[in-house]
Amino acid sequence: MNITGHDLIMACSAIGAGLAVIAGIGPGIGQGIAAGHGAAAVGRNPGAKGDIMSTMLLGQAVAETTGLYGLLIAMLLLFVQPLG
Amino acid sequence: MYLRTVKIVRLSEGGETVNNEILMSSGAENIDFMIHGIFKYEIFGHEVWITTSHVCILIIMALMLGLAIAGNRAIRHAKEIPEGFQNVIELIVEMLDNMVTGTMGKVAAPKFVNYISTIFIFILMSNISGLFGLRPPTADFGTTFALGLITFFLIHITQFKNLPLKQIWTDMCSPLPPWLPIWFPINLISEIAVPVSLSLRLFANVLSGTVMMALVYGLLSKIAIIWPAALHVYFDLFSGAIQTYVFCMLTMTYIGQNYESE
Repeated sequence: MNITGHDLIMACSAIGAGLAVIAGIGPGIGQGIAAGHGAAAVGRNPGAKGDIMSTMLLGQAVAETTGLYGLLIAMLLLFVQPLG
Repeated sequence: MYLRTVKIVRLSEGGETVNNEILMSSGAENIDFMIHGIFKYEIFGHEVWITTSHVCILIIMALMLGLAIAGNRAIRHAKEIPEGFQNVIELIVEMLDNMVTGTMGKVAAPKFVNYISTIFIFILMSNISGLFGLRPPTADFGTTFALGLITFFLIHITQFKNLPLKQIWTDMCSPLPPWLPIWFPINLISEIAVPVSLSLRLFANVLSGTVMMALVYGLLSKIAIIWPAALHVYFDLFSGAIQTYVFCMLTMTYIGQNYESE
């Protein structure tokens, strides 16, 4: 089996893509914190459930961005192949 | 099937063949979530492609036009006690009106409610179009970056219209006094990052849903019978609606910042 330089780059790109989606850890923790505080806030003040929900979803979606950047890097490495 | 498709995003010929080999050897010739070229023409020596995104956008625009005409007709023959289609139209308009007024305040809301409502309906329909077998146009960075740029220009046009130049300069040098503009470049970068992060957020969310569904249907085609419906509910309906809401909400907050001093 011959491994050319191109194959090596492709293999490393796949490993890099796998490493890039580790970025998902951060948003997971952040969204969990936001959801926990949202639940606590609803427990304290059930009347403001609608406002709390929309604020929480907005904050979670913003927190999700960094994870999505990791996903984008993985996608680029796998399917656009800037290095290969 | 995958071999014959045209990838718009490819950078090199060699990369594509290797990528196809990898995909073929994994027994996944059905995976297909790329943008396809449909029709090519040349303009000033450049190849310009009409892609699936354009076609899907045109379909959605036709749908929106039809909805608008039908709504206009229903409102023109409006009754005192609404019934049927008029109810639906009033519900949608009232919901969007309340959303914009609640976020932007009474001064700015009437100026932007038309634009925000239009992009809300457009993005929502684009995100949901994955349910109907189309490739969502918002899973194309061109579409979302255009939306992000519109937001960017709206922010800065309203800023220069409503705030005095002195205050804009003070805001740009924000943590330090205005005669010491060391933070100016950093604030400039954060201003430029707004449309990029807005558009990338929408794009990556919709793209991840599209890729997930393509993987499910491509790799698990033998057992993907009824249960992918649950995934559709999450990736297309829930995620799509949330991202639409977030995009419009952030656009409204950024624009509304320039009205606070009034």
